[in-house]
Amino acid sequence: MAKGSGKKGSAMRGIGPFGRPSRVIPKESLRNLLEVLRLRGYTLIGPTVRDQAIVYDEISSPQELPIGWTDRQGPGTYRLERREDDAFFGFVVGPQSWKKFFFPPAQRLFQISRDGKEIHTTPDPVQTRKRALIGVRPCELRALAIQDRVFTGGAYVDGSYRRLREDVFILAVNCGEPAATCFCASLDTGPQVTDGFDLAITEVIEGTRHEFIVHVGSELGARVLEAVPSREATDADSATEREIVQRATRRMSRALERSQLKELLYRNYESPRWDQVAARCLSCANCTMVCPTCFCSTVEDVTDLSGDHAERRRLWDSCFTMDFSYIVGGSVRASTRARYRHWLTHKLATWQDQFGVIGCVGCGRCITWCPVGIDLTEEVAALRGRESPDGGSGAIQENHHDRTES
Amino acid sequence: MSPLELDHSTGVATGDPMLPDWYTVERVRRENHDTFTLELRARDGETHFAFLPGQFNMLYVFGVGEAPISISGNPAATDRVVHTTRAVGTVTRAMWRFKRGDAIGVRGPFGTHWPVEQAEGRDLVLVTGGIGLAPLRPVIYHVLAHRQAYGRVVLLYGARTPDDLLYDEELLFPPQPLSIDVDVTVDRAVAGWRGRIGVVTSLISRAPIHPDNAVAMLCGPEVMMRFAVQALMTRGVPVDRIYVSLERNMKCGVGFCGHCQYGPAFICRDGPVFRFDAIERFFGVREI
Ligand SMILES: Cc1cc2nc3c(=O)[nH]c(=O)nc-3n(C[C@H](O)[C@H](O)[C@H](O)COP(=O)(O)OP(=O)(O)OC[C@H]3O[C@@H](n4cnc5c(N)ncnc54)[C@H](O)[C@@H]3O)c2cc1C
Ligand code: SF4
Ligand code: SF4
Ligand code: FES
Repeated sequence: MAKGSGKKGSAMRGIGPFGRPSRVIPKESLRNLLEVLRLRGYTLIGPTVRDQAIVYDEISSPQELPIGWTDRQGPGTYRLERREDDAFFGFVVGPQSWKKFFFPPAQRLFQISRDGKEIHTTPDPVQTRKRALIGVRPCELRALAIQDRVFTGGAYVDGSYRRLREDVFILAVNCGEPAATCFCASLDTGPQVTDGFDLAITEVIEGTRHEFIVHVGSELGARVLEAVPSREATDADSATEREIVQRATRRMSRALERSQLKELLYRNYESPRWDQVAARCLSCANCTMVCPTCFCSTVEDVTDLSGDHAERRRLWDSCFTMDFSYIVGGSVRASTRARYRHWLTHKLATWQDQFGVIGCVGCGRCITWCPVGIDLTEEVAALRGRESPDGGSGAIQENHHDRTES
Repeated sequence: MSPLELDHSTGVATGDPMLPDWYTVERVRRENHDTFTLELRARDGETHFAFLPGQFNMLYVFGVGEAPISISGNPAATDRVVHTTRAVGTVTRAMWRFKRGDAIGVRGPFGTHWPVEQAEGRDLVLVTGGIGLAPLRPVIYHVLAHRQAYGRVVLLYGARTPDDLLYDEELLFPPQPLSIDVDVTVDRAVAGWRGRIGVVTSLISRAPIHPDNAVAMLCGPEVMMRFAVQALMTRGVPVDRIYVSLERNMKCGVGFCGHCQYGPAFICRDGPVFRFDAIERFFGVREI
């Protein structure tokens, strides 16, 4: 598995990170590439159409990819539509992210059995298989790198996460057509991958031409590609690829201004803007469930009827629920205002202090899947707007120990 | 706090911070009508439980759940684990029913500790309310064992009523006077109470300490700590020598579950004990 260094490399110029020139394979060879991975023992996981959405699931061949489909996204809307071509990767991101494979939505941690005075704790073995992720977008690669930091970068390591992240092959896909909700370019998290993959491809469809330009990101990626007939990429291919990615950047309609972001949020705990967004927010937790970086969880303890067998499960949780901040006497964040403020401030500000990076990769999922279409880029712009000379600021004082009650 | 070792043959992380170790309840002591102290020993083999004053454990009741509880025993006595808990909800009420010999799951110790070493050579003022005395008891044990290392040591303690007082025979009204000053107050008196009535923060102004050479340690309800910080600053205790222990919902204790966030801090990992200036910016923000 190629692990992202998190560092932004220079744009690809036909040379992969391992010094190998990029190569080109015809669209038919995608099948061979996946077959090579299967023969190497990888379970293939990729995007596929289910219930009018594109989800990530086990696939057995490229035919199960969402060929000829695209996703039309906007604040609060998502719709699959037919494309005019038969692109394999002509869509962006759906409601799910890859995190469900490494940080499962529900997971048993251990079982305990009691037999008289004897107590046995049996941790759940982590069932792993070699998995090849087919079609990982640049923003999603960054999200994986962020969750790696959360679960394996600190003093304690989440054993299950680490185990599930081993033996993962990543076939990344550069983006040619962003959704209306994407804003990776402003965060430098896309639309082109820079590192953290084994192979990265750009799909080229021009008239009758339908090929993939392939970049090698690891030794393993190189060996897999060797088994598939390919030709060396020309300067013209590289130019085509550059144009595809640049077009994606040009078409991106949303942006999140990164400068002074942390300070902006830290200054604005008391901004009246939170009341405005809270008036719309349903506290439904959708944004946190679809977000590829959110990592919060809760635990559930259960016993069987005899009372001699217990188990503990870990479940995804959301900072938008009332229970999340419950302590004796009541929830700390009882209001929607406080919960939305916590969510946005965590993503964009406190996350930086916790993990050294912004907790958002610009995938736009939270905008698309918000039932009322709340858009974090708009919220940030509004906070900035209020601070502009005529905007009026809700800044909190930095030193307030002379205040009696806040 | 060592990272995990992974057993590749089973896929199980050994020393998994999410897995409880099993202890046996050796002693149960009722402190008052809703608070009790448990003394635990390892279920298998000898007990070697080292911790630093201020750290906490996640205590697990079979099939019921877990709760973060500070370790309130003597840090020098590593042959037992001591917790004083107030029965307030599902897990803590189940613990209230514990009897000698019962099994309890323990994960820990977790979190940061009180600066007992940095405080050497200085006066100490401990300001506590309610169950907040429990997380500071290890400091008192440490101070009594190293009494000459500190100047004046003052414990200010507030409880709702005289019936709510903790550790009264041992700490508050011991048969032999302790070598520290203890000042106790209650919000509401009952017949026979001859002590002080009023909020604990009102004791700060007359506490016999040298503010410019004092270290303050605070644990109790957040409002109490807010007023205590003000009173201490008014007396001239510098902000970087005031320490507070904070509390939030906790599900993991090791920085994974996200529940204990307080601004940028994970209270389980970066706290519960904070130097006040590190969190001052967030302390006044409501619903943080
Ligand atoms: C670092 C730390 C140290 C603590 N030390 C002590 C101590 O020494 N003695 C003591 O009596 N209490 C202590 N507490 C408070 C104690 O953890 C709660 O009273 C306890 O979690 C309540 O759980 P419950 O299941 O009985 O209550 P319920 O009300 O049934 O709680 C339901 C769930 O909410 C959460 N929760 C509720 N209240 C709290 C809370 N106050 N803090 C964190 N999570 C909470 C828990 O996850 C719990 O499972 C401490 C809390 C923290 C964070
Ligand atoms: S906060 Fe929204 S845009 Fe950012 S990574 Fe999460 S879901 Fe994507
Ligand atoms: S935004 Fe909320 S759910 Fe997501 S990681 Fe932060 S606290 Fe957890
Ligand atoms: S208790 Fe889970 S992150 Fe702190």
